[in-house]
Amino acid sequence: MILTVASGKGGTGKTLISTSLALSLGEDAQFLDCDVEEPNGYIFLKPEIERSVTIYLPKPKVDIKRCSFCGRCRSACHYNAISVIKPGNKTTGKVLFFYELCHSCGACTLVCPENAIYEEKEEKGSVEIGTARGIFSFIQGKLKIAEASPVPVVKAVKKYIRKDKVNIIDASPGTSCPVVEAVKGADFCILVTEPTPFGLNDLALALEMTGKIGVPSGIIINRAGIGDNRVEDYAREKGIPVLLHIPFKREIAVSYSKGIPLVGIFSEYVSIFKKVFERIKYEILKHREVYE
Amino acid sequence: MKICITADGNSLEANVDPRFGRCAYFILYDTETDTFEAIPNTNATGMGGVGIQNATMMAEKGVEVIFTGNLGPNAARVLQQADIKVVTGLTGKIKDAVENFKKGSLKAIPAATPTVLPHSGMGGKKQ
Repeated sequence: MILTVASGKGGTGKTLISTSLALSLGEDAQFLDCDVEEPNGYIFLKPEIERSVTIYLPKPKVDIKRCSFCGRCRSACHYNAISVIKPGNKTTGKVLFFYELCHSCGACTLVCPENAIYEEKEEKGSVEIGTARGIFSFIQGKLKIAEASPVPVVKAVKKYIRKDKVNIIDASPGTSCPVVEAVKGADFCILVTEPTPFGLNDLALALEMTGKIGVPSGIIINRAGIGDNRVEDYAREKGIPVLLHIPFKREIAVSYSKGIPLVGIFSEYVSIFKKVFERIKYEILKHREVYE
Repeated sequence: MKICITADGNSLEANVDPRFGRCAYFILYDTETDTFEAIPNTNATGMGGVGIQNATMMAEKGVEVIFTGNLGPNAARVLQQADIKVVTGLTGKIKDAVENFKKGSLKAIPAATPTVLPHSGMGGKKQ
């Protein structure tokens, strides 16, 4: 089973939920930190990292002596990352690659009739594999600093998904490509929000995303008690289950800031998260009955 | 000489569009024949890299000077490599820009420095 913990708004408590859910399920779980721009699950799970795998992607380069400036690479590039300047009176011919736009799809290399484009390996980040608290597997992706797209590293982390485990994926905030990649293929998505206008606005965006991907979702309201009831009203209106309320408590924030997970300070949350997990299993079955 | 002005409409009465990547039209003006062609910017709503593609098109069309409001870094890199000069910070009517350039009161410079950050033409924050 794959459960992705996502949110529209940042700082709502994805890692608070995902780490404590993993700790509650223990040896049945596996934790995958797909927030590769700033993975922080390790702060709470304190894993022993056993190995690290470097992620490389191809980077196109041109052998300008072979180039005929036909421009097919430029037309083939879906991301507008190539400019071909034909030789003119004053200038020599040039092929410019804009690597921050390149997605390493390989189309330019494929279409070049002169075989003038070749690929070099470029480091994009790494995946670290270890064990959390000696109980369950811990995998985290780390995007190389200054790299623009986290998606290849998220994909690399997802290769460690195991069918016989409850795979808990901690996604990055928002609704952009890396989040879509972290949600894609999940059996269920937990959306963590807070009962504020910001929380509601971004929750609606996140629900639109999970709806489009076709992954059933449930909501966890963190910092319950602040703000208003509009998140609840919205969930009811959309028919999205609210799985849990976590009250706004100073002790939670204080312990979290010291790297202590929620279940580490309030042990009753172990059984609460187990119940949430049972509810999620029920919701997945319900979704399958409707859609399959 | 072929020059190009980014425009918010398809005539010489239109105003300069401050964006290069996402302007509405390109007015291609030939200063020798005093004729022009208005090309709709098909990249205006593109996902990304539109400045790069517009700049490449300018090179293909044989444009020597571009008149616009702002220029992003990627477009600037292409224009520099293609040896196309630019006049940035321009406002007002297209026909005035053409006249001023012909009179010599607008000086084109190499596209060495972008005037805005990437994605500046995508809306949101005011430039």
